[in-house]
This record gives sequence, structure tokens and C-alpha cells, in this order.
Amino acid sequence: MIEANPLRYIPHTDDDVRRMLEVIGCPRTEDLFASIPEKLRLQGPVALPAGASEQDVAAELERLAAANANARSHEWFLGGGTYAHFVPSAVDALVSRAEFYSAYTPYQPEISQGTLQAIFEWQTMMCGLTALDVSNASMYDGASATAEAALMAMRITRRSKVAVSASLHPHYRQVLDTYLAGLRAEIVTIPRGEDGRSQPVGGFVDGETAAVILQQPNFLGVVEDLSGAAEAAHADGALLITSVTEALSLALLRPPGDAGADIACGEAQSFGVPMAFGGPHLGFLATRSKLVRQLPGRLVGETVDTRGKRGFVLTLSTREQHIRRERATSNICTNEGLCLLMATIYLALLGRVGLRKLAEMNLAKAQYAKAKIQETPGLELPLSAPTFNEFAVRLGAPAGEALARARRAGIIGGLDLGAHAPELGSALLICTTELNPKESIDRLIGILAGGGS
Amino acid sequence: MSGSDDEPRGATQVGIAGAGLGYEERLLFERSAPGRCGYSLPDLDVPEVDPRALLPADAIRSDIPGLPELSEVEVVRHFTRLSTWNAAVDLAPYPLGSCTMKYNPKLNEKIARLPGFSAAHPLQPDAVSQGLLELFHRLERQLAEISGMDRVTLQPAAGAQGELTGIMMIRAYHERKGEKRRKVMVPDSAHGTNPASAALNGYDVVAIPSGEDGILHPEAVEAAMTEEVAALMVTNPNTLGLFEEHITRIAEIVHSRGGLVYGDGANLNALLGVARPGDMGIDVMHFNLHKTFSTPHGGGGPGAGPVGVKEVLAPYLPIPVVRELAGGAGFELSADVPDTIGRLHGNLGNVGVLVRAFTYILSLGADGLRRCAEMAVLNANYLLARLRDTYHVPCDRPVMHECVLSDRSLRDSGVTTLDIAKRLIDYGFHPPTIYFPLIVHGALMIEPTESESPEELERLVESLLAIDREARENPELVRGAPHRTRHSRLDETRAARNPVLRWQPDPDSG
Repeated sequence: MIEANPLRYIPHTDDDVRRMLEVIGCPRTEDLFASIPEKLRLQGPVALPAGASEQDVAAELERLAAANANARSHEWFLGGGTYAHFVPSAVDALVSRAEFYSAYTPYQPEISQGTLQAIFEWQTMMCGLTALDVSNASMYDGASATAEAALMAMRITRRSKVAVSASLHPHYRQVLDTYLAGLRAEIVTIPRGEDGRSQPVGGFVDGETAAVILQQPNFLGVVEDLSGAAEAAHADGALLITSVTEALSLALLRPPGDAGADIACGEAQSFGVPMAFGGPHLGFLATRSKLVRQLPGRLVGETVDTRGKRGFVLTLSTREQHIRRERATSNICTNEGLCLLMATIYLALLGRVGLRKLAEMNLAKAQYAKAKIQETPGLELPLSAPTFNEFAVRLGAPAGEALARARRAGIIGGLDLGAHAPELGSALLICTTELNPKESIDRLIGILAGGGS
Repeated sequence: MSGSDDEPRGATQVGIAGAGLGYEERLLFERSAPGRCGYSLPDLDVPEVDPRALLPADAIRSDIPGLPELSEVEVVRHFTRLSTWNAAVDLAPYPLGSCTMKYNPKLNEKIARLPGFSAAHPLQPDAVSQGLLELFHRLERQLAEISGMDRVTLQPAAGAQGELTGIMMIRAYHERKGEKRRKVMVPDSAHGTNPASAALNGYDVVAIPSGEDGILHPEAVEAAMTEEVAALMVTNPNTLGLFEEHITRIAEIVHSRGGLVYGDGANLNALLGVARPGDMGIDVMHFNLHKTFSTPHGGGGPGAGPVGVKEVLAPYLPIPVVRELAGGAGFELSADVPDTIGRLHGNLGNVGVLVRAFTYILSLGADGLRRCAEMAVLNANYLLARLRDTYHVPCDRPVMHECVLSDRSLRDSGVTTLDIAKRLIDYGFHPPTIYFPLIVHGALMIEPTESESPEELERLVESLLAIDREARENPELVRGAPHRTRHSRLDETRAARNPVLRWQPDPDSG
């Protein structure tokens, strides 16, 4: 039986099984499945290979891992919703504690205070970052958080129209379309102006509009005018929803709550969560106190135990599916708890000052790159509005060729905007973070301008 | 503690929750001191910029008041201490019914952290993502083979999003046929996510009553099945741990009136290598990789909820899909699915979870998967056999991967299911799922999984038998539990009545 690999995860010996079957009064293991009609029971094994040893499985997975470009093997300028940032070692060391990762949703608060307190701390930090009153304990990702924010606004206003910026991340827009498809909702697109900002939203809002959705900074990296949008939305009784894909921008830009947003949502992957080919990431959703009853997702609240000692519990669960079933605010159950923990640890390490400095460094890198591009023949900046750490570049040559040249030089050079913003011509979306040294930025620009191999 | 009144009795002392090194720990914000930081930035190698020179004045914030200031050692101690306040699978059995809290292999954790997986970007070209795309393709084929479905999408981020995906595909299928069906049937024993997922997609929910014997009967389905009904959602084995023995006939009834059958895969662990939903008339189902395929539950996620479909629903799969290129030229992501329901996830799904599940399936193989189901079912039946003479069993028949007890036998003592659950904590166990399924009054739903040895099971049995004795001899002891935790029972009513959902500085402290 030594080579029966799966036994490494299952304790039972043949002797154990025999004794347990006796207690049950069942002759053979197969008979445990007698309630499954005979014709539904498989007569042989499923068509999968036999189990393998730990070292053989590891070798196979290492082979597959080695076949993927990644931010450790290449110089990295690709963002567009998922961002390469440095993650302090303490983040992974702490989330690798099995007391965190092998626990489940903290239904039993007396033995889940670790998870509960961390969620409460996350909620507090997200309230600070968004300048709103309440944050939930995560959504699947920025895209579904944005779709759930739209549904929330539709419930609150009892309206079914949503006005969405054309510069919302195209995948977020697709997810929004998918979520709203069964609900007789109408989606209106707010076009992009020439400078890269959304056109004034006033013209796209009326008495039927539940919400205006703007991304900040938008998909092309441009910083939008939120206050103007909030005024226009509120004038017609609609809510303003801001969505963010680069959460680090929250450390620098005016927080959504201050700018008049009613719901702030988006993706917090930048706060210490691995890119991991797109997931698991960390959706978030925050709002004002008066709207909390329509907020989807888990919430942790402070309370006391029978001896008066402070502690934390899941609360306001009458909003949720396990209590309210088809009348719940959402169907969400399992969310992104461990990613929330990564972000909470990350934010605690960087803190009030560190996070701001990091945001300013990202801004400085992008500013350096933009200035350099401006003085490079053959390259230009097609959008004049201000940006954070990501921006569009127009090239003299086809974008695909430039990216391939960069790849040959060990650089993942950005995102081809051809499918997303064709009006810009041959253009790339480029992201610079603390991981891009000046020499690397110079090299990329040289290649985009036609140099390199 | 020895000899005190609240000392758990009847079980061996191994693993019992004790005082140990119990540290107090305040909130991050209460530890904060101005000027501390747990992070060091590299030197700025480009000119410094003044944000106010680059951005409009009203677009910039001045401060981030919600964040604390702490050194690395303080942050590490803070979260390490917090971790010691959690129950976890790596500490002791966690028999939370319907959640399949099996052991999370360490290899899976190590593999998911390889840079080729963890530092890859979802928008990088297919040509430099071949290892991941191959993994996706193989995992899809594995899940299809295990479940008897034809095609699989890996995109949904959790079981509930898988349900939503499946229901959307069902909607698209009916609409394609020009039919406007408005209802979805859901058994009264179903998880709350089922009716919520149907409602989230605009359907009216029709509850189907389970029979006295705890399973669905064809007559009940027949009575509710009309041309208005788009689908039946069914969990098999169901939440009482019972196999839906009439599933084939029930599926025929639904199909005969043009409906489809959705399978909730939450309890698939019981069927691995033994039987396949696709052979039972299920048209579409989700998998909970964080249950059946050993990926960690993470304190509330992340999970992954891939969806398998029969060929009839393949035209509606979410985009993008992974395609194998002809002639061994590798794999590509393709959005070319003309009738797709669209996209559910901002990227490709919870890839880190997919990598772990794939690693697990390779480790176990066909025989190992079947062994999981066998030992999970053996464990649940063992618990039932050892407890049925003491605790009330609402549907006393052979179970699959979990068994449901109730507090009825203790009614005279005033001890309820909640009390039993809390007292079990004193014995060193995470409690079972309680008060679910809703159709059993005072339910205790116990799912041991295959990970628990007979010794651990016997310890759980002895503890539950001891609690039954305590309830009869000293009910106040049970009603006051837990006694041995950092916190006694927490006031959930107070939390909901007067919600405090964030820390705020004490106004008196200036």
C-alpha cells in the first residue's frame, strides 16, 4: 500500500475501515453507497491517471509554471486592471499561517476572533481610504463589485437605468452587461472626451437613472472630474458610483466620499495581492451609513461578550442569502477573505505615510516616462488630461510589433489599445510602478521608438 | 483548570482548548504611533514631483486618516496573535456540514506561489502563457470526466457565482428557443444561495417540499413543473446528506416539459469516482473547488466555482474560453462564442485556486478521488451509528458524506442546538453547521470529511455523548458555554441593533 499515494492525505488503514464498517453494520465499503441506484454507480474508475507522488506532481507543476512569462522573469509595464507591485515578505509569511487560511467564514465568533478582528480593521481602513462610512468584507473582484454596486443603486432608487463611462475597464463593462442582462435594465454609455476624461455626465442622466458609474483613474489612466459628476447625478436623484482598478491611487487622489460618491467600489489587488494571472483578487464595496441595508456581502461589527469584553461578530446578516434566500441583497457567500487579510497586512505595514509615499513614487515614475516620451521622436501622448501611474502612448509603428520587439528584449511592454480605444490609432497603455527602474523605462521607450531588436 | 466545574469530561485530554499562551491584542489603530512604518521604499531614481503641480488641487487628498503607523515587528506580532484566536483545520476537526473542511495539502500552497503562476498577468499574450492555458485545459477535462459533463468553464469565483452563471445559461437557452419562462424550482432543503442566485437573475422561486423521508419525490416535482418553469435546482446528495434516489425520474419530468436541471455541486465529495451528476440527468452544475478539491477556505474565501455543462448549453458558455490549437500548437483564449452569456469575472477566474485544485487532482488520481468519497461516507455513517441512540436523527437512514442530528432529545433540559455547538468548542472542536437545513428544527449538520482518522471521530463522538450527559445533569453548564475560549458568548443582537462597523478615535482622547 506504500505506493497508494492518496493515502498521504487520508489516515484510514484497512484495519480501521474494517472496524468502522462493523460498527456501522455494513459488510463492505461499496455497500455504503447502496442508496445510489445501481445503474447510476460507476462500474470502473473514472478516466484519469493514477495518483502520483509529491515529488512527481511538483515536477509536473514546475514545468507548467516555467512556461509562463511573469513579473519576476520580465521587466513589467503591463497594468490595465492588474498591477505589479512589490509585496513585503511579512504579508505572505502571515497569510501562510494555517490558523488563517485553513479556517472558514467566522460563523462561530468565539473561535474566529482572529479573522473577525482583521476584517473589522479592513473595514476601518477602507472607510478611511474612500472617505465613506461602511465597507463590506470583500467581493469577488473589481468587476463583480461594480456590477453589485449597480444592482444596489437600482434597489435603492427603484430605477433601472445606469449611465456608464466608456472608460470603465472593458471587462468590468462586460461583467456589468452580463449581470444586468436578465433584469430589464438599460445601460447608457457616457462617451470619452478628447482629453481622455469622460464627457460631462449631465447630458446622460435623467429621472430614470439609478446611477452614474465612473472609473477613477479611468481605464486609460486619466483622472476624472468626480465632483462635477456627483452634482449632475444627484441633481436627477441618481447615485454616483466610482470604481477603481488601481487602488493605490486612493492614497493620492481625492477620496470618492469627499468628491460626492455614494458608493465606492473596485479592485484592491494592488494592496499586496499577487497578480496570479487574474485572480483571486479583492473586490471591495463601500457606501454611506444610510445605505447599509442594501449593501451586499459580509459585514463585521463590534460587540461584547457576556462578561463585557469587546469582540467582533458577523452582523446585519438579514441582508444575506443564508437568512433571506431569494429576497437577499445578493447571492454572495464565499468571498475573498484571505486576499482581504493580505491587503489588511499590507496596509498596516505601509501605513498612513508609507502608502502615500509609494503613490507619489508611482506618480513620479509615470511622470518621468511621460516627459521622456514627449521628447522622443515618433512617440506621443494622445491624451492631455492628468494621469496617475498609467497612461496611453501613441506609436509610429503597429503596437503589436512594438510589443513583440520589447518581449524579445525581456520586457512586457504594456497593453495594445487597438481593441479598446481605436480612435487613438496605434497606441499602448503603459503602467509604471516602484518596480520599474529608470534604466528600464528608458530601455522600453527606446524600443517603442523603433530601437531594439 | 483541572477539576473545575467547566472541565470537559469523557474525552481524552488531547487537543482540548486550554488557556495556553493567550495574548491580548488591541486594534491596529490603538497600537499606532506617529512616525513608524513597516515598509522601506527604494530610492527614487527619477526626479521627484509635486502632485499639486500635476493634478488639479481639488483632485488630491491631503492625508489618509484611516491608516495606522506601525513597524514590521508590531504588525507581525499583531497578526500572529490574531491567528491564535482562530479555529482551523490544521488545529483540529472542523466538521462544518456542507462546507467540506478537508485537509489543505501543503504542496498545493507551495505550487500556487511559484512565480510562473503567482506573478503572471491576465492580459499577457497567450504565447507566453502556455503553461497556464495548458493547466486550464487539462483541469477542464478532469472536471468534465469526474462529473460526466461535456464542457467546463473555470471562470466563476465561487459556488454562488457558478450558480448565477448556470442560471444565466439556462435563461439564454430558453430565450434562444423563444420561450419566456419565469420560474425556477428550488427544494426547501436547498442552500440559500440557490434561491438567491435565481432571484438575482430575475426568476421567481418556487419552493418544492421534501418528503417525510428527507428526499425529493417525483410527485412534488410533477405538481410544480409547468411550461413556466425554466429549471429545477437540486443538490445531490442533499443537505440532509441523503442521495436523491429519484433523481433520474425527476430529471425526466423536468425535461419532458422543456425545463433543465441544475446541479449544486456543494456535496460532490460524496460522489467522487462513485457516480457522476452527468449520468443522472443534470444539465449544468457547479463545482466548489474549495470544498471537494481541497483548496483552503481562507477564512471566507477565495474559492472557485467552475461550471460544467452538457453539450446543449455549450453555446452559452462565458467568454473567454480556452481552445486547443490544431497540430499541437498549444492553447489560446478565445472570445468567439457567438451566443455567450458574456463575462462573469474581470479576468479569467480565481487562478490561484485552480492551480491548487489541479495539483490535488494530479496527486490523488482516479483511485485517490474514489478513496476520498469512500472514507468521507464511511466517516459520516460511523458518526451516525455511534450517535443515533443518543441524539435525535430526523431522517434515520444511511447517509452519504454528512449526517444531520437535532436537539429534540434534549428538549426537557432546555439545552438547544446552539448550546451544544458552543459546548463542543470547549472540547476542542469547531461546531457543526447549525440550524440548517431549515426543514429540520434545531439541526446539527456534521460533515467529518475523509481527513479525520477514527481516533478523531471517536473523540468527537465521546465529546457529543458527554455533552448529552451534561445537558441532563447540569444544563446551565452547557447553556453557558463556551467556558474555555478567550471570549464567552458574544452578543450578536447588540451588534445588529447598534451597528459599529469601523473603529473611530475616542473623541475624548483629543
